[in-house]
Amino acid sequence: MNPGVLSVYRWELRKLRFQKRTYLGLGAAAIVPIIFCVAVATQGGQPNDVAFGRYIHETGLAIPLVLLLFGSVWMFPLITALVAGDIVAAEDHNGTLKTILTRSVERHQVFAGKALATMTYALAAIALSGAVAVVAGSIVSGLNPLTTLSGTRISAGRGLTLVGGSLLVYLMPILAIAAIGLLFSTVFRNSAAAVVGTLMASLLLQLIGILPGLGFLQPYLLSTQFNSWQGLLREPIDWAPIVRAAWVCSLYAVPALVAAFLVFLRRDVAGG
Amino acid sequence: MSAETPIEARGLTKRYGELVAVDAVDLTVEPGDVFGYLGPNGAGKTTSLRMMLGLIRPSAGSVRLFGRDPQAGVAALDGVAGFVEEPRFYPYLTGRRNLELCASLDGHGAAGRIDEVLDVVELSDRARDRVGGYSHGMRQRLGIAAALLRRPRLLLVDEPATGLDPAGMRDMRLLIRRLADDGMTVLLSSHLLAEVEELCNRVAIVRKGSVAYEGALSDLRRAAGSSYRLRTTDDALAARVAAAQPGIEEVDQSVEGGLGLRAASDDALGELSRALVESGALILELAPRHATLEELFFALTESSEDGGGGGDRVAVAATSVAANDGSGS
Repeated sequence: MNPGVLSVYRWELRKLRFQKRTYLGLGAAAIVPIIFCVAVATQGGQPNDVAFGRYIHETGLAIPLVLLLFGSVWMFPLITALVAGDIVAAEDHNGTLKTILTRSVERHQVFAGKALATMTYALAAIALSGAVAVVAGSIVSGLNPLTTLSGTRISAGRGLTLVGGSLLVYLMPILAIAAIGLLFSTVFRNSAAAVVGTLMASLLLQLIGILPGLGFLQPYLLSTQFNSWQGLLREPIDWAPIVRAAWVCSLYAVPALVAAFLVFLRRDVAGG
Repeated sequence: MSAETPIEARGLTKRYGELVAVDAVDLTVEPGDVFGYLGPNGAGKTTSLRMMLGLIRPSAGSVRLFGRDPQAGVAALDGVAGFVEEPRFYPYLTGRRNLELCASLDGHGAAGRIDEVLDVVELSDRARDRVGGYSHGMRQRLGIAAALLRRPRLLLVDEPATGLDPAGMRDMRLLIRRLADDGMTVLLSSHLLAEVEELCNRVAIVRKGSVAYEGALSDLRRAAGSSYRLRTTDDALAARVAAAQPGIEEVDQSVEGGLGLRAASDDALGELSRALVESGALILELAPRHATLEELFFALTESSEDGGGGGDRVAVAATSVAANDGSGS
């Protein structure tokens, strides 16, 4: 059988399994919710100024939602950048890119496999963080009904479904960041520069969002889309921010991916 | 360009801004050749190999592997394998895992050949160790193993013995010789002259990105062999006679204890012998000077002359060899 994208993808996942940075990222995604839950259990206060903050002692389902808000500043962008910024640059730096590009897979297949592995890792990080937060939150505060942003109470089962949906919606800006990370990884050929660059790009977009006089840009910033999941937690569900997040994130992700793809396709592999 | 010719490069050029790394290289590697691609460090050998393997794009010219363009896609690499500079692997994976990865990206049953190629390069007993713990020589052998997974008809290897200890160098040469004896065409890039002399039947000598000589090693030696060292009872007289003799060129009196000269043919040499005897300069010694590859290499790569084709440069080499001989080097 001829090898293809699937062969590359499987091996990219295997390589990720053997790399410390994978466990650093996934470890952070798991440990932060636990630390947060320990703090919730041992401290009496609550973050009243953020959505669902006031409910963290009532139901464990509020905890993953609060973490989504906190995590959007740097945690999830950093976790994503750790792998996205590294996945091409590290191969370039270590000289292994020439090893795989002289086998029987085309460059576009290698790129597609790497992009898919990056997206899979981002999905795994978000899912792991959400799962740990739900489990740890339920232990601390119980798996109880959740109060939506509209003030209605929904059952724990429906709340759990909506938390899952929120994680998926949250994945959209994360994937856009992953695409930017891939671009930097391909262009910079330096893992550290690509990881830091990706994080800086994410923080820059957040900074633009709080600068006075630039409010008109707010709906089109990637950072704003990190809050679009909140539309799911309204009764009835408000799809408008979710739909906007889908196309705004695409505006960031697609050009970055296309640029990374073209650079990867045409580049000279002269290192290593 | 023939589909049977393993490598054909025509006007192959790579520029990095002002720097011309590879300058209009013409090269033909025939089936069954063990072809030495010889040149000093920085001569453009590795860049040429990268273009042959499709890793970098030529600025001009073309290269074909069995008639196929490596820039057109990996299909051109069917039946082709090799590595440039030192082979690189994932240090956190075992040797076997690395080969499994390569095999999965090769397809065509390559995975079923892993044990076989590990045996060929004698790495079976270390296959379950992480590559990060391998010596340089083991990584080189793993590179050959990864190449053999593809069952290549053409193997391109870049400085395979560099950095190896003497035993490792010997083993690597034996391995390449064995593969060549099995019918594989090999392009061996090297700056180690002994390695090329021992293994190769044809060579290209590159200098500052361009080919100074391409052809059979035996032809190169033969060309250089047309220079002679002459010692007579009267060398000054002999020099005058030789200089006047048709077919005798580049008479060099600076040779210590005799003369250096080149003869266009055996007949010209015979006529010189007769003329010398008739003039009264009796021949004490007339010996062909067989240049080593090292002497030819330095003559070709360190020559300040830029013009001329391969033949001219071999002539330059031959003259240089005669001069070197005279200086007692």
